[in-house]
Amino acid sequence: MSAHRYFPHTPEDVTDMLAACGASSLDDLYSDVPAELRLRKPYELPEEMSESQLRDYFDKLGSLNRRMVCFAGAGYYDHYTPAVVDAILSRSEFLTAYTPYQPEISQGTLQYIFEYQSMMCALTGMEISNASMYDGATATAEAMIMAVNSARKKRRILISATVNPAVAEVVSTYARYHDVTLEVIPEHEGVTDRAEFEAMMGAGDVAGVIVAYPNYYGIVESYDGWADICHAAKALFIMNCQASTLGVLRTPASLGADIVCGDAQSLGMPLNYGGPYLGYMCTTKALMRKLPGRVVGATTDRNGQRVFVLTLQAREQHIRREKATSNICSNQGLMALHTAVYLSLMGAEGLRKINDLGYGGLRYLADGLAATGRMRLKYPERPFVNEALFRVADPLTADMVLEATAAQGILGGVKVDECEILIAVTEMQSKEDIDRYVSIVKNIKL
Amino acid sequence: MLYYLPTHEYARIEGNIATIGISEFAAHQLGNVVYVDMPEEDDEVTKGEDFGAIESVKAASDLFSPVSGTVVEVNEALVDNPRLVNEDPMNNWIIKVEMSDPSELEELLSPEAYEKVCEAEKH
Amino acid sequence: MNRRLYDKLIFEHSRSGRHGYSLPANRFDRHIDELPESCSRKDAPALPEVDEPTVVRHYTNSSTNNFGVDTGFYPLGSCTMKYNPKINDALAASPSIARLHPLQPADSVQGALSVYWELQKALSEIGGMAEFTLNPFAGAHGELTGLLVIKAYHLSRQDAGRNVVLVPDSAHGTNPASAAVAGFKVVEVKSLPDGTVDVEDLRGKLNDSVAAMMMTNPNTVGMFEKNIPEIARIVHEAGGLMYYDGANLNPMLGIARPGDMGFDVMHINLHKTFSTPHGGGGPGAGPVGVRKGLEPFLPNPRVVKNADGTLGVVCEDTSLGRISGWLGNFTIYVRALAYILGLGGVNVAKVGPLATLNANYVLNRLKDVYELPIPGPCKHEFVFDGLKDKSTGVTTLNVAKRLLDFGFHAPTIYFPLLFHESLMIEPTETESRETLDSFIDAMRKIAAEAISDPETVKEAPHDTPVSHPDDTEAALHPVTSWQDLCAAQNS
Repeated sequence: MSAHRYFPHTPEDVTDMLAACGASSLDDLYSDVPAELRLRKPYELPEEMSESQLRDYFDKLGSLNRRMVCFAGAGYYDHYTPAVVDAILSRSEFLTAYTPYQPEISQGTLQYIFEYQSMMCALTGMEISNASMYDGATATAEAMIMAVNSARKKRRILISATVNPAVAEVVSTYARYHDVTLEVIPEHEGVTDRAEFEAMMGAGDVAGVIVAYPNYYGIVESYDGWADICHAAKALFIMNCQASTLGVLRTPASLGADIVCGDAQSLGMPLNYGGPYLGYMCTTKALMRKLPGRVVGATTDRNGQRVFVLTLQAREQHIRREKATSNICSNQGLMALHTAVYLSLMGAEGLRKINDLGYGGLRYLADGLAATGRMRLKYPERPFVNEALFRVADPLTADMVLEATAAQGILGGVKVDECEILIAVTEMQSKEDIDRYVSIVKNIKL
Repeated sequence: MLYYLPTHEYARIEGNIATIGISEFAAHQLGNVVYVDMPEEDDEVTKGEDFGAIESVKAASDLFSPVSGTVVEVNEALVDNPRLVNEDPMNNWIIKVEMSDPSELEELLSPEAYEKVCEAEKH
Repeated sequence: MNRRLYDKLIFEHSRSGRHGYSLPANRFDRHIDELPESCSRKDAPALPEVDEPTVVRHYTNSSTNNFGVDTGFYPLGSCTMKYNPKINDALAASPSIARLHPLQPADSVQGALSVYWELQKALSEIGGMAEFTLNPFAGAHGELTGLLVIKAYHLSRQDAGRNVVLVPDSAHGTNPASAAVAGFKVVEVKSLPDGTVDVEDLRGKLNDSVAAMMMTNPNTVGMFEKNIPEIARIVHEAGGLMYYDGANLNPMLGIARPGDMGFDVMHINLHKTFSTPHGGGGPGAGPVGVRKGLEPFLPNPRVVKNADGTLGVVCEDTSLGRISGWLGNFTIYVRALAYILGLGGVNVAKVGPLATLNANYVLNRLKDVYELPIPGPCKHEFVFDGLKDKSTGVTTLNVAKRLLDFGFHAPTIYFPLLFHESLMIEPTETESRETLDSFIDAMRKIAAEAISDPETVKEAPHDTPVSHPDDTEAALHPVTSWQDLCAAQNS
């Protein structure tokens, strides 16, 4: 009998195959491994579990997780994943395929990446998208490196203080080790300080400027004229955008962005405690050859049939080695498929409706909370979409609100400060959920 | 006057201007050129340092400058038709540079010495 | 696999007025059109308008153009294309994790943190390391993270001059690319004719500027670096650290641990050795392990065990910094942990020997017709330098494309760069003898065809959904979106 259901080898197979190799035991095949390096004792790992035991084991772990009604955002949003998406993603032909290096037998993967690229161009208004990257934070770091590479000799990058701090931290890690000088443009009343930005640009030598849209507080900042200031200084204007909101917001392309990047998790990807999500990156035709990561292009085969291939590969690591635009040699293939299927189902109209539901819900929540006199919007005059920063009135604190909601099975948001909470609403929180949130806040005992 | 770098760039000298491109040998080795990444006018280049890159479908090489100086002209025709480099690399130059230190030319290879470099690479 | 191409794009099914979404009714009074005009989109994004059945049929048909591990044998060298167990996918799709927000308080996600912790522990045992971070998203991201650990370590010792990473000339291009992104200079170390590292060449390159030596073991030609104790000793003596690229870890399961070989930092590709699906290019995961003493430099955030036995998430100042938005590709860990538990320790130890057996079996049954530049026994993979008979003009590319006609995926070709006609084959432990036999038959048939009918091989593939694409045109005039296609049609 074979040792395990994943191994097809019967004892007879092993004997015969060893004979074909001129070996008498499996150990013979490792005669070149010095004895002192060999495993000294069996692995200290659990014993084999059957499928039903595995289900029990993971069920038990699952029961230690608390499912809550999610008003938390901060870059990751609780949207619904249509059943069609799961069904398509579980197709073995997609799920178990490798990178499409053999285009003749990989048109399925190449087609959906091409569709994904097209949809990201439609959302951002940009001219070219890559095949996707790890997540929004690393995509933004890659955008920074792209700006530095494009500028050749300049290594100064400005980043707005209103960028999601987790994203900014990742950008800062890449900058620190890549010899890039990263400077923060301060915030003023919830938005990037334009006067400071202009002063910092005036000091010269800037290769790129990174801003967020909407920003960390959910505010839709006005970046009119920013791209012109960047371009006059030969710096790239980089916009980190929350993908689903691009269904209603003015396009980054119309604001003159050179690189648009961010996380596409908000396009219906399950939260899954942090991943996998998808980082996207789009740019202009002028910068296309500097774009890191894979790109799929259309061409024809010998019979004149339209086909898709990986293209612009000469800048990739397997050819350029240490001179590559990036060390990335994969994409989030399956999540690009998720995005393509999701956006096919939603269309422009569905995306608008999702934004409308989130916005309506958030306004309803803000009105309800304001009526309690205990929480109010911190920046009521600023435009926002489905997320906003709330101030908790003294003597109530952010912790008290989050503890009280958690006790009722509600994840009340993300604490930003002792008295500030970031709250997001999507189509997943019902009017009743919102009423409950308001009534919990109203009833917190002081 | 014609000079080469061992990395296959040539510099044709007329007065104080160096016309820079890649050799026939390099163009043949690369195969179909699909893109030439070029600097802009007024950019400074330094002898021995890269000033751009040239890509075919399966390969990409940095372009090294044989001389130091200021870029006075880039061959815009290569933007739309990079394959010109394959057709006639000696006439389809990449950039023209106003040299800042013509004495650097002494360190470059003569056509005969460059020929030997190519012979060695063929084997 | 379907031999006929399904050639439509979803955009070509679009018809104004159709939709495929399902959303709750909007019961709120305020609407998104309140947004100031200066913030609002002028035109709706040009997304397709399609109904649900059309979406399902489109993507299902499109999937039939694809080849996956579930459709057939994938002898891709260095990619470890093993079977991806279905139970692992089922567990990863659990509703108990789908809606867990990454910023939920630790006390409400103890189950998720346990998955992280248990996998971290299991990988540490298998790698011979003190601790793993699971945060990196892919192998290349793991390499970058591991190199940053090394940089942070040297910096913590005020040893800032170490800016060189040594890489064997047989290394995959990702190694030097990762080193460059981490801000290091790359110096290549020569290989000996048998493909292993030239220790004398290495010795000459060691000095106080060396931060680390990056290696795979077995290396990219499938040979075990038997001088590894000596290599580790002299690199350590020079003050450098040893980095293990886990791309080739599979044959070492049950045999030896990188930690015991003298490596200080390593990454593992969960999508290779630990059977998580490749997904057409991702998502993968590239956990990074470190030996004792290097844990403080691991990236933020870090999962730790509290004094009371619960798990927590912390950020520390000694860390190299943050390299991912949160804790990485979580559902990939569920799969990898389920794979390890589903095998159990005893069977995890059988993976390496069975993978090595499969590779040697194929090698021995083909070496009379394909050129074997480095004699066996190999480990999990081996490299042929093209056909033995070079007079026919049939290249490695031709052989690879002809294999597609026989229903096999192509091996890795033209890598490593040590040989002109590299053809790198890795059959994993999940392939049966019958599958290997039919692959061997196909390879032998191609070798015979190369002599009797070389044109058929050179013109291959003949029996795939599409024939050879025009790569040059694609790179010369890139058409990378539906918008580009429409513009090209209109001009």
